[in-house]
Amino acid sequence: MTRTLRTVFAAALVTAFCGGSASATDPSQPDAGREKRWQEIAGYLFDDRDIVPTDTLIKIDAPKRAEDAALVPITLTMPEKDKIKSVYLVIDDNPAPLAAHVTFGPAADPGALQLRVRIDTYTNVHAVAETKDGKLFSTAVFVKASGGCSAPSGPSDVEAMKGMGDMRMKFAKGVEKKSSEATLMIRHPNFNGMQMNQLTRLYTPPRYIDKVTVSHGDQTVLDIVGDISLSTNPVLSFNFMQTDGQPMTVVASDTKGSRWEQSFQVPSAMH
Amino acid sequence: MSGFDLQWVGNGRHAAGDVRFTRRETFALGLCMCCLPAHGSAAHTFSLNDLGNGLFVREAPHEEATLANMGAIANTCFIIGRDSVLVIDPGGSVTDGRWLLSEIRKRTAKPIRHVVMTHVHPDHCFGAEAFVDEQPEFIGHAALRPAFDARGSFYHQRLVEMLGPENVGRLVYPTREISDVAEIDLGDRLIRIIAHGAAHTDCDLSLFDTSTGTLFPADLLFVDRIPSLDGSLLGWLREAKRLSAIAPARAVPGHGPAMVDFEAAMARQLRYLTALHDGTRRAIAAGIAINEASRTVAADQGEGWILFEDYNGRNVIQAYKELEWE
Repeated sequence: MTRTLRTVFAAALVTAFCGGSASATDPSQPDAGREKRWQEIAGYLFDDRDIVPTDTLIKIDAPKRAEDAALVPITLTMPEKDKIKSVYLVIDDNPAPLAAHVTFGPAADPGALQLRVRIDTYTNVHAVAETKDGKLFSTAVFVKASGGCSAPSGPSDVEAMKGMGDMRMKFAKGVEKKSSEATLMIRHPNFNGMQMNQLTRLYTPPRYIDKVTVSHGDQTVLDIVGDISLSTNPVLSFNFMQTDGQPMTVVASDTKGSRWEQSFQVPSAMH
Repeated sequence: MSGFDLQWVGNGRHAAGDVRFTRRETFALGLCMCCLPAHGSAAHTFSLNDLGNGLFVREAPHEEATLANMGAIANTCFIIGRDSVLVIDPGGSVTDGRWLLSEIRKRTAKPIRHVVMTHVHPDHCFGAEAFVDEQPEFIGHAALRPAFDARGSFYHQRLVEMLGPENVGRLVYPTREISDVAEIDLGDRLIRIIAHGAAHTDCDLSLFDTSTGTLFPADLLFVDRIPSLDGSLLGWLREAKRLSAIAPARAVPGHGPAMVDFEAAMARQLRYLTALHDGTRRAIAAGIAINEASRTVAADQGEGWILFEDYNGRNVIQAYKELEWE
């Protein structure tokens, strides 16, 4: 009897405790402070061009609370895709807020884009769509995450460097006629300069993928400018307009001047 | 007799049953004490399970590190041998380590010759500084040093934010590195140490007390608390087989009751890890994106696992980023 009661008591306490630990307090920074921060970033990144809030031209899907702050999957959707020239992903409170700028080429289907980022603290994440007529439209979500930027790239720096530059590309059927989906994976530690070596007390120098160009045949699909917020082993999913018999070619380079190029056969009749 | 009876070998079921009852009591008690600091005093009070045969285990609550628990969220153990004492995981903070040292000194004046850090995670290592003056060998996996290099300052900073610098202490690097198998003698009592391939982390050690048939798998075995994946899922499934081949009578897990029946506990953990593996591989094959997978894979496996909601999604992400390169 006593034993049963104790068990129930213990179980109740566990429930109370887990519930408590899961609900972290909300960030102290008020909305006004976040908005001011965004205005500063926007002024710097977009040279004070007008940025119009939108609910329709670009949308962000991100976890409200990151499972792993060093690998937060973000999906951008651009329903009126024919109007879109490029998109920017900005993580307001990361040390370098611009995570990526992706420009769509003629072989792209700019309807959706998925990537993985590091998020350092509770922050707004902005996506900005640039339309073909040169206007900017933004949307934002709030993500709870912490420590994603200083989190190590792998079990050790040596491990993290293994296979650097290896690439994979996976293909899937797209939702629309002629459009196919591709997922590009690149092995790279993407050291962002914020990982300190415990022994030397020195920071592992930044070394990250800063430029990727994806082509299908002789047409550009995407031009990507990346920064320190892209996760270790960057992965990017996108759609493209398939021309049978044409390969996909990826050229990637990092901030140390290394360059990797790889071509992939696209399975025919994906669409 | 040399002060202790080694009487467990081949008597696992009975011993595990006995200890289970003790655990229930201790578990309720331990949590009660953890709740007390809400009233103002940051008490770090845990009881130690005397399992007999010179073996003591501090059973930790299934929580995240907080000021209230002083980072004492992983089990720590010590074995008092004929000649010396061996510590397995010196605690989650220097405060926790000092507490453990004082508990050891209440029981024996024998020298502490070995302090084993079973892997890089802070709840298993940060108590080591408390033992420096005892001048033991600090034992770690050959991969522990580079793991400390890469992660130590990150862990240190996060822990300082939670506990304050005075409670955290500094990391102590291993003075003896194990890359395969090693044996340590506490005086007619051999402790066999295995350095595992990447599994829970990439630097996991397990220990086997050959005299009593007791395995110390550290975080290669989670009981009640959901396993957390930070090394290699495929590796963990492999190393689990290696542990099962030892066929230990009983085990002291890194998280969970002070002592458990190894086979049943490992079978339960394998059910979860296998579901995680199969579900993640299916999701990748079906082209399900990582964010969707983190919400759905193994989501039905939560029954009986504490902190499941906090860790399963993260485990899926770890599994996914490993298996997507297959």
